[in-house]
Amino acid sequence: MSKLVMNRRKLIRTLGIGGATALAAPSFFTRGAWAQQFCNSPEVSGKIIFGFNVPQTGSYAEEGMEQLNGYMLAVKHINGEGDGGLLNTLKPVALKGNGVLGRKVEFVTGDTQTNTDAARDGARRMIERDGAVMVTGSVTSGEAIAQQSLAQEMGVIYMSGLTHSNDTTGKDKRRYGFRHFFMAHQSGIAIAPFLAQEYGTDRRAYHLTADYTWGWTQEESIKAATEALGWETVATIRTPLGLGDYSQYLTPVLNSGADVLILNHYGHDMVNSLPQAVQFGLRDRQANGKNFEIVVPMFSELMAVGAGDAVRGIIGTSNWQWSLEDEGTKAFTKSYGEAYGAPPSQSAHTGYVQAILYADAVERAGTFYPPEVIKALEGFEFDGMGNGPTLYRAEDHQCMKEVLVVRGNENPASRFEVLDVIGKTPREEVTYDPAIFGGELGPYEPNQCA
Amino acid sequence: MNTLIRQSGLSRLFDLSRRDVITLLIFAAVVLTMPIWLAPLGAAYPGLMQKFAIYAIFAIGFNILFGLTGYLSFGHAAFLGVGSYTAVWSFKLLTMDILPAILFAIVVSGVFALVIGYFSLRRSGIYFSILTLAFAQMCYSLAYSVLTPITQGETGLLVARGDPRVLDTMLGVQAQTGGVPQPSMLGTTITGYTGFYVCAVVLILAFYVSQKIFASPFGMALRGIKSNQTRMVYTGFNTKPYMLAAFVISGMFAGLAGGLLAATDPIAGAERMRWTESGNVVLMTILGGVGTVIGPVIGAWVIKYFENIFSAINTGTLNEWFAFLPDGLQGVFVTVLSKFVGEGWHLTLGLLFVLIVVFLPGGLLEGSQRLAARFRRKKQPQRRELRQMEAGE
Amino acid sequence: MTALFAQLLNGLDKGAAYALIALGLTLVFGTLGVVNFAHGALFMLGAFCAVTFRYLLTIEVVTTDPTQLSPWGQPLQVRTPIIQDWLGDWGAVIVDYSVPLSVLLAIPVMAAIGIAMERGLIRHFYKRTHAEQILVTFGLAIVIGEVVKTFYGPNPYPQPIPSDLRGTADIGAWFGLAPHILTYPIWRLVYLLFSLGVIGGVFAFLRFTTFGMVVRAGMADREAVGFLGIDIDRRFTIVFGLAAAVAGVAGAMYTPLLPPNYNMGMDFLVISFVVVVVGGMGSLPGAVLAGFLLGILQSFASMTEVKTLIPGIDQVIIYLAAVAVLLLRPRGLLGRRGVMES
Repeated sequence: MSKLVMNRRKLIRTLGIGGATALAAPSFFTRGAWAQQFCNSPEVSGKIIFGFNVPQTGSYAEEGMEQLNGYMLAVKHINGEGDGGLLNTLKPVALKGNGVLGRKVEFVTGDTQTNTDAARDGARRMIERDGAVMVTGSVTSGEAIAQQSLAQEMGVIYMSGLTHSNDTTGKDKRRYGFRHFFMAHQSGIAIAPFLAQEYGTDRRAYHLTADYTWGWTQEESIKAATEALGWETVATIRTPLGLGDYSQYLTPVLNSGADVLILNHYGHDMVNSLPQAVQFGLRDRQANGKNFEIVVPMFSELMAVGAGDAVRGIIGTSNWQWSLEDEGTKAFTKSYGEAYGAPPSQSAHTGYVQAILYADAVERAGTFYPPEVIKALEGFEFDGMGNGPTLYRAEDHQCMKEVLVVRGNENPASRFEVLDVIGKTPREEVTYDPAIFGGELGPYEPNQCA
Repeated sequence: MNTLIRQSGLSRLFDLSRRDVITLLIFAAVVLTMPIWLAPLGAAYPGLMQKFAIYAIFAIGFNILFGLTGYLSFGHAAFLGVGSYTAVWSFKLLTMDILPAILFAIVVSGVFALVIGYFSLRRSGIYFSILTLAFAQMCYSLAYSVLTPITQGETGLLVARGDPRVLDTMLGVQAQTGGVPQPSMLGTTITGYTGFYVCAVVLILAFYVSQKIFASPFGMALRGIKSNQTRMVYTGFNTKPYMLAAFVISGMFAGLAGGLLAATDPIAGAERMRWTESGNVVLMTILGGVGTVIGPVIGAWVIKYFENIFSAINTGTLNEWFAFLPDGLQGVFVTVLSKFVGEGWHLTLGLLFVLIVVFLPGGLLEGSQRLAARFRRKKQPQRRELRQMEAGE
Repeated sequence: MTALFAQLLNGLDKGAAYALIALGLTLVFGTLGVVNFAHGALFMLGAFCAVTFRYLLTIEVVTTDPTQLSPWGQPLQVRTPIIQDWLGDWGAVIVDYSVPLSVLLAIPVMAAIGIAMERGLIRHFYKRTHAEQILVTFGLAIVIGEVVKTFYGPNPYPQPIPSDLRGTADIGAWFGLAPHILTYPIWRLVYLLFSLGVIGGVFAFLRFTTFGMVVRAGMADREAVGFLGIDIDRRFTIVFGLAAAVAGVAGAMYTPLLPPNYNMGMDFLVISFVVVVVGGMGSLPGAVLAGFLLGILQSFASMTEVKTLIPGIDQVIIYLAAVAVLLLRPRGLLGRRGVMES
């Protein structure tokens, strides 16, 4: 223990000296004429620090650790180590594999505990103590929204990880927050044609919805999309968050006259509710002369692994899947597989892509000055990151790209092959009017962090 | 008898024993110099120092109830959450000034504590604990779900640019920038170090109040209830008002802490009210030392330190620290230690709890005092007897 | 009507789980007087006994085929399960029944863990304050969770129901209703019967054996039993082992309903304490009664008709019921005077 403390001191001293030299040195690696001071300017500190803030403990630790792996791989590739990954496929690309603006990137990590307060504490530590110029990472919308509003206050850009709520780039959008991940509204639009194709247009749906904001936005979006198909909504029932046993909500489904159960549950809620729904024999039933079906509008491969056999044949949407055939996906799956011995999950992909996109925007802007970086990201049109042609929309900082529709693999050969991609809904169809969700981005001018 | 106690209490309102004054002065010095002595520990940044001060207030308040009366509340986080929500609503509806926000936070959480305390205090022991837990869990569940219009549920209640802010509009105060307005105090914006010093001053005040309560006849009465409530009742002493007063004061401290959380970082989330947070303050208090004035503060700092600093150490950091070692040895050190930091920081915390309670009975403060005493070959019989008495209860 | 009956079944099933978890806790908490915050962790360890058992049964010989690559760029692995190799069809049946069979592993393992816990740590805390008991057992719970996380990772492990026990039973038809009106998962009925069996077994053990008699006497008056020259401490050790084993089998059998992860113990900690206290300290029948009562109330409160009447009632019903019971009955449903009241 005493050893640890001693070395900590030594570290702090070295850090201090490093900081002092950087102060003394003239501002290097700057291209533009942005003399403005801003929070954690690498021109002042002499270091480029990214802050990776993900849950490392608690129920979502697995998604968090995957995301962290993605981030660390991104740093390697940005710094020119490894095989370069998606830097080879991103078009247009400004990054040269020699760091950002010619200087190597470093990173710090934190544990959000899937708790909004802990997430903000971690982000503040990265910004105030470690001098992070960008913070990124989340596995729930609560974490993402809490961090991006902090980012706006501090004047440090935040790139969100997994966050599927409409609010992140809707009601609660921020100028300093960017989302690559897709969202509930797009899930609804994307899944609808496949539901019509598989289950027909004459269906009666029963929703079980996790009783908090994400659940509500998804229920609303899926309900709107399915009703547009001609489906009828029998009931929308709210279930408490983190409930282990859903039996009391499942028995009423049996004789409700519905023939589709839609589970608006995420993470462990879904991991528990889906197998229980299957155990109640829902999928063996006939209702209204049709096979009873279960739909989980949004799920990830880690959730699918957790739900086990129950996920076989279940349709849902995903942001990305390693088994896609495009160049970007193949390159990323290969680099990630070599580094970690397993194919990446969509959590890892989102983290990786967000880190690369930020670094690339800085390279294009020629400065770390946040307003310029934000302008470089806003309206940025790119391809080769595994999701087809993608637009970082300026109006709400939401990425516009195709959405995958997936189905639980009937006969997976390994835990990595639990999901099959059954189709993609093209970008044009999932593009929506940003005005429908309200909210305002706020100003570009950065606050000075204290 | 009650009046007697009250009168003597009044006359002694403003003096502390010499020992307490010295403790207070040292404590104030330690708190105000945090930015200096925390620097070598890697914790000298405003975000964490604010949390140190705020959670110390929370723990001090909790200790007024638990330490003095022995009533273990397992729902104190509810008052913290209520305080935060009240403060943010004050920011949204009235003004960005933190003084009314904190005042409202204290008052509203005090009212909550009055209601919850009134019912919970009808029972004692574990029955009391479960009642407080039940009330707090109800607050949490409702805040996360059906009360979302008031609490914004999962997202957390945030300050927005378009909020009415009646007082600010009336006084013609406008946000300086085009962005989301920031909390201020009498015109000074509360950011970073300003925020820390505000919290630090409040902490010192809270500490002083806690000292006063511990030394006052009121505190003596509470201790009397702790050692034998039945005896107190038989002597014609009505314990109820005293217990309720202690509960409400303790709840108001929690509300103050919650208000300060919102003042330094204007967001209020339901997770602040979850049972794990209530459990946290229990652990802080026990870890530092129940019933001592300073113990809970130390406990709060230790737990917050682990949560924020240990969790941020990764293999990269470890490699830097052990870079002076030969490669093989460095690898061994880093591999072993990495299990205890970063994603493994919970493990270290759990081990710490077990080790402290095994080797330092009575918590960090009392345990280390006794260790020190043993090293000096000076026995402290009174203290030991006191402990045995408590343990025998 | 069938809806009510279905909810009653749900409530019984839930109650069985609550009662089973609370039973072990009330043995340790209500009778030995130890506030055991590690009880949830014991439940979780039981669940991981099932995971481990299945893992052991499905150990495979892995050979890598360097000529072929997996889609993510690693050499392709060819797997052959050992147990099926050895035992053929019987092996397949054993794997299929891994969850109920894992109880055979969980009982000795969990009893051993319980005894080790009591001997190594808990026994030194009988005379310490409740506050210190909370700190040490909570610390222990964290350590146990983290050790499990190190081996198994944080993602849940789904456990399959044996194929013969999958699907639903048409309970309505038993009572002369039309088919498919009232169906219920067979496994949940199995769990209900299993719980009742374990609860009955524990009661019989404490009621009809000399050992049980001594333990009950020791609970009532520890010192007096000590004066009789009976080594009550050793028996308390065994009681702790029993409590751990009960928590363990409860966890193991619950795995098909709830894919276990290392953190699940914390989720069950609060509810098990609420059940024990609502039942009344020091009363085993109280804990069982409270478990079923809360389970049934929770099921009925979740019905749409009730929810529309009182929004959010299903979120808080357990706590609301706990408050009501404790305010009406000072020592819970069947609590004994003077136990854990100070």
